[in-house]
Amino acid sequence: MHRTLLAAAAALALGVGPALAQQKLGFTSFGGAYQEAQRKALLEPVAKELGITWVEDTLTGIAEVRAQVRAGAVSWDIVDLGLADCAAAQSEGLLEPLDYSLISTEGFDKMAFDTHWIGIIYYSTVLGYSTEKYKDKKPRGWKDFWDVEGFPGARSLRDYPTPNLEIALLVDGVPKDQIYRVLATEEGIARAFEKLDAIKPHITVWWKSGAQSAQLAKDGEVDMLSIWNGRLDTVIKDGAKAAYSYDDGILSLDCLAIVKGSKNKDLAMKALARMVAPDLQANMPLYINYGPTTAKAFETGKITPEMARISPSSPENAAKQLVIDARFWAANRQKLQERWDSWKTR
Amino acid sequence: MNPVPTAPEAVPALAPAAAEETAAALARDARRERRAALALALPALLLVGLVALLPTLWLFGLSLVEGESLSLAHYRRLIEEESYRRIFWTTFEIAAVVTLLAAVLGYPLAYWLSRLSEPWAGLGLVLVLVPFWTSLLVRTYAWLVLLQRRGLVNQWLLALGLIEEPLRLVHNWTGTVIGMLHILLPFLVLPTYASLKAIDPAYPAAAASLGASPVKAFWTVLFPLSLPGLLAGCLLVFVLALGFYVTPAILGGGRVLMVAMKVQENAGLYLDWGAASALAVVLLLATLVIFALLARLVPIERLLVGRS
Repeated sequence: MHRTLLAAAAALALGVGPALAQQKLGFTSFGGAYQEAQRKALLEPVAKELGITWVEDTLTGIAEVRAQVRAGAVSWDIVDLGLADCAAAQSEGLLEPLDYSLISTEGFDKMAFDTHWIGIIYYSTVLGYSTEKYKDKKPRGWKDFWDVEGFPGARSLRDYPTPNLEIALLVDGVPKDQIYRVLATEEGIARAFEKLDAIKPHITVWWKSGAQSAQLAKDGEVDMLSIWNGRLDTVIKDGAKAAYSYDDGILSLDCLAIVKGSKNKDLAMKALARMVAPDLQANMPLYINYGPTTAKAFETGKITPEMARISPSSPENAAKQLVIDARFWAANRQKLQERWDSWKTR
Repeated sequence: MNPVPTAPEAVPALAPAAAEETAAALARDARRERRAALALALPALLLVGLVALLPTLWLFGLSLVEGESLSLAHYRRLIEEESYRRIFWTTFEIAAVVTLLAAVLGYPLAYWLSRLSEPWAGLGLVLVLVPFWTSLLVRTYAWLVLLQRRGLVNQWLLALGLIEEPLRLVHNWTGTVIGMLHILLPFLVLPTYASLKAIDPAYPAAAASLGASPVKAFWTVLFPLSLPGLLAGCLLVFVLALGFYVTPAILGGGRVLMVAMKVQENAGLYLDWGAASALAVVLLLATLVIFALLARLVPIERLLVGRS
C-alpha cells in the first residue's frame, strides 16, 4: 500500500504516468562487455516494443539456476547459459518448455535449439597463431597444429575434453557430419584419445580459462593455440602479433531459456521470441564479435560485409566449421572428464 | 609437563595431620586450576568443534552417500579410476620434494640468522616474513612472469649467453615446486630459527672448550638440539603442501594435478559433494597415517611444543 502510494507519487512527480503500467521482466546473463552488448542490441529494443522494464542480474552458470529452482524461490525469468549447461538444465527439469508457435527457428542449425532452450550467440574455438613465428607458411586447420615438424613451436590446448575430442577426430580424417556419430561409440572415443596422444608431448600449457589463453597469446608463451575468437580479437586489438582463421573452427553457443517457475512466463516467452528474431540478433555484431544463431540475421542488411567476414557464424564462415552438440556433452561430460584427467596424468 | 604437586615428604617436622591437610589443599588448588584452564579454553574448543570437527564429520558422512542411499561408490571410484592414484602420488611426491628442498635451503638460513647480532637478525627475520604478508596469488603470478618463456629469468640467461633456447621453467612440475617452495619456506625457517635461538650458547662453547672442532660441535651438540624445530617446520611444510591449489593450478600448466584441484573440480563443476568429500577424507586419512608413522620415529608432541 505504502509502496504503491509512493510509486504513484513518484510517477506523478516525474510525469511518467504510463510507467506504472509497465511490467518488469528479469534478464540474467554473464555481465561485462557481453551483457552490455546484449542490453543495447536486444533488451532496449524489446523494452520499447513490449513496454516492459528489464531487471538485470548476472550469473556464473547452472548452479545458481539450480539453487533457485530447488529452493522454490525463482526470481529470474530469462537466463543466458553456456552450451553444456543449457542441455543439462533441460534434462534436470530446471527450465520451462519453449513455445515454438511464438518462436521462429528459421535459419537456425538443428543443433542450435531444443525443446527448452534456444541459441542466442555463436562463438568459435579457432586455431590462433603467432604471425612472428609463422611469417610465410601459416597454419590452416588442426592438421597443421598436429604437424610438429612442418610447424615447429610451442602449443597450447584447452584443459577440457571438449572441443579437443572433436578436434582430434577432425585431424584423424573424420568428416564434420560424422564426428558425433563416431564419438558415440567406445572405439570412437578411444580413437580420439589416441590421436591426442600424438600431440600431447608438444603441448606446453593446458589452459583453463579464457583469460589465461589470451595471456598466453599476448605474452608469446606459445606459438599456436586453440582460443575463443573473441578473446583473440581483443589480444590482436591490443597489438599482439597473432592471427586466426575460421578453417576447422569449432562453433559453440550460448542459449536463452526461461527458468522453471518464472512468475512472468508468458511475457518472458514473448520477449524471448523477439530476442532471437533475425532483426534483433543482427544488432549484436555492432557491439561485440559474437555471431547470430540464425543465418537470416545476415540478410537483414544491418551486418556489413566487413562484419560478416570476421563473424564466427556468417554463412561463409559457418560452412567451414563444426557445430558442437550440446546434448552429447550434457550426457557424457562427467564420464569424459574423468577419462580426460586419467589420460592427462598418464 | 608439570608434575602434580604431591605431599611434601621433605617436611618431616610437620605433624601428620597438618601434612594431610596441606596435601588436600594443594590437590584442591590443582583441581581448581584445571577447571579454570578448561573454562578459558572452552571458547576455542567450541570454535574448533564447530568449524573444524563437525564439518569434517559431516564431510565424512557425505562421502558415504550416493544419491539417496548409503554407498561406498565414491571410494570404489577412487580405487578403480587410475587417475586418482596418480593424482595422490603427484600430490605426495610434490609435498615431499618441497619439504626436502625447504629443509636444505631453510636450515642454513635459519642457522645463519640465529648467529647474527642485532639489528641484523631482526632485519633478516623481517625479510623472511615479508613474503608472508604478500598475497599468495600475487606471488604465484609473479613467478609466472619471471619464469615464462619470455620472462625475466630466460631473458637474462639468454643475454648472458648461458643458454641458446629459453628453458622450460614454468607450466610444469619444476615451476610448481619453485612456486610452492617460495611460499612455504618461512614455515620452515621460523620454527627452526626459534629452536636454534633457544639453545644456550654455553653448550657449543663447552663443546669447543673440550676440544671439539666447530664442525664436530655443530653436529654433536647444536644440530641434535635444533632438530625438534627443524622437524616441526618440515611437518608444517609437508602438511600445508598437501592441500595446495592455487599455485599448481597457475604454475603447473595443466600438467600437474593435485588432490585439492580435483576436489574443486568435483565440487564446483559437477556439484558432486560426495565425490569431493571422499577425496578430502582420503587425503586427511593419508596425512594422519603419515603423522602416525612419523610419531613412531619421533615424538610428535615434543616436536610441536619444543623441548620439554
